[in-house]
Amino acid sequence: MAGRTFAEKALARAAGVADARAGDILDVTPDVVFSHDNSAAICRIFEQTGTPHVRYPDRVVITLDHAVPAPTTRHAQNHAQIRAWVEQEGIAHFFDVGRGICHQVIGEEALVLPGETILGADSHSTHFGWLGAFGTGVGRTEMAALWATGELWVRVPEAMRITLTGTPRAGVTAKDISLRILGDLGADGGLYRSVEFTGETLGALSLDQRATIPNMMAEFGVKNAYLPPDQAVFDYLEPRRTRDYTPLYPDPDAHYAAVYDLDMSVLEPQIALPHAPDRVVPLSEAAGQPVQQAFLGTCTNGRLEDLRAAAEVVRGQTVRCRLIVIPASAQVYHAAVQEGIIADLLVAGATIGTPGCGPCMGNHMGIPAQDETTISSANRNFRGRMGTPDALVYLANPYVVAASAVCGQITDPREFLA
Amino acid sequence: MSTHHRCWVYGDDINTDVIFPGRYTYTLTAPEDIAAHALDDLDPAFAANVQAGDMIVAGRNWGCGSSREQGVTALKYAGVNVIIAASFSRIYFRNCVNQGVLPVVCPALREVVHTGDTITLDRAAGYIHAAGQTFEIAPLSPSVQDILDAGGLLPMLQRRFKGAISS
Repeated sequence: MAGRTFAEKALARAAGVADARAGDILDVTPDVVFSHDNSAAICRIFEQTGTPHVRYPDRVVITLDHAVPAPTTRHAQNHAQIRAWVEQEGIAHFFDVGRGICHQVIGEEALVLPGETILGADSHSTHFGWLGAFGTGVGRTEMAALWATGELWVRVPEAMRITLTGTPRAGVTAKDISLRILGDLGADGGLYRSVEFTGETLGALSLDQRATIPNMMAEFGVKNAYLPPDQAVFDYLEPRRTRDYTPLYPDPDAHYAAVYDLDMSVLEPQIALPHAPDRVVPLSEAAGQPVQQAFLGTCTNGRLEDLRAAAEVVRGQTVRCRLIVIPASAQVYHAAVQEGIIADLLVAGATIGTPGCGPCMGNHMGIPAQDETTISSANRNFRGRMGTPDALVYLANPYVVAASAVCGQITDPREFLA
Repeated sequence: MSTHHRCWVYGDDINTDVIFPGRYTYTLTAPEDIAAHALDDLDPAFAANVQAGDMIVAGRNWGCGSSREQGVTALKYAGVNVIIAASFSRIYFRNCVNQGVLPVVCPALREVVHTGDTITLDRAAGYIHAAGQTFEIAPLSPSVQDILDAGGLLPMLQRRFKGAISS
């Protein structure tokens, strides 16, 4: 009999049952649930359920990040409703404007740990696979149900194994791994699956890099994505954690419905063309495309290493288009200030925004004009995503975003990397 | 019992940003206002012309992208109560069930119908009749069917907590 995948083990644990197989339907009690600016809307649903209080307020995380600081009175009212409700219900973990993007902050605060299950009212909740947790997204009504009951039904997904081998070349990052997978297998290539990564490349990737992969797997249609946690993850969590944990690993003979191998040593920087994250080509095929705006940030690529990569490219240069940099969190911002990264970016002509999601989904802080082109480190470039359906958005890694800002056109960053 | 539905036919990988744009997610809250922007960036003719009982017929991976539940709310309050696709993104599928909108997986239907065609759906018997052909619909899992039968997740929760507090 075949062994168990990570997803089978993690969901069995979350459901409190001895064993689970793909296809089983379980009622799970997640260790953590979270939402963001959508919490006021969830609150309105929750109040209609007829339950008096949140079942497990100590498991609830709320982060204001999608439109911060509030760009309009309506957004401000939305935030005010959330703060009042957090106070009323005694929500244990609330992070106000400027602390950062939910996915980044929850990691920095070690609110979810290896082997645990986390459900978020956000599609990029797959993010938490970087630390070996089971993370997946739910809708608003389901989050209201989770607040009310503490549990939710899930179907245990079939799994896919992706093996990463080889050492990435200079200027090639985890973003390029994610884009290449999307390009090769399509936006529904991982549909409904637990995508479980393995291979020698993973251990050599920094934690900042690792987080990009499961985050971006949301664009691959996955239910969750998983990277096996190692000592680097344990060391990161050790000074931050407030409870014990048991990491989970798939069995060597676990059943995978599909397998895919990617050799990093031959991979070049990749780019997603408008208007789909799986329209991926090698960067050289899009080089020379003029851009009016470059955006570095988001839950996918707004971490310290991403900002450091951009600073490495722009140091001593002056940007020829708008370069908007939005750190993923206040901690990232602080570290980037201390390291001189922010100064390098400012001197080159960048503008720095409040930690949060920024213009990623078209709310504020860098909405392009009609007919403009943006090169972005974000995860999505759907038509209209950044505010107007008449703008073009290309997706690439932070080096590419920075090099393109310097040249005013899509540019291979390797000419800037000594 | 069978019902007749006029179809709006779309392609593969239709994402929630074009079903309901993110720029409205924190400013529009009334379902009717959300419905007024249904498919804004996909098909500008939709919101102005959709009628109660109309149906979406789509290709693979309908509703990929953001988890925003307004992607279902917008269509539901525009009058759409059934969405048929070759496949659904997983969060969109769940959002449909939780809103009491029937998601039907039928890979072949999009190949034979066009926008404006009328098809016949027999939910109880599990058949779709379209373009002179019959397509079988696989039954949903009992946990999903229970939520749909309750009219959605909120009515189900309301039933569960009925009497827990006095209103």
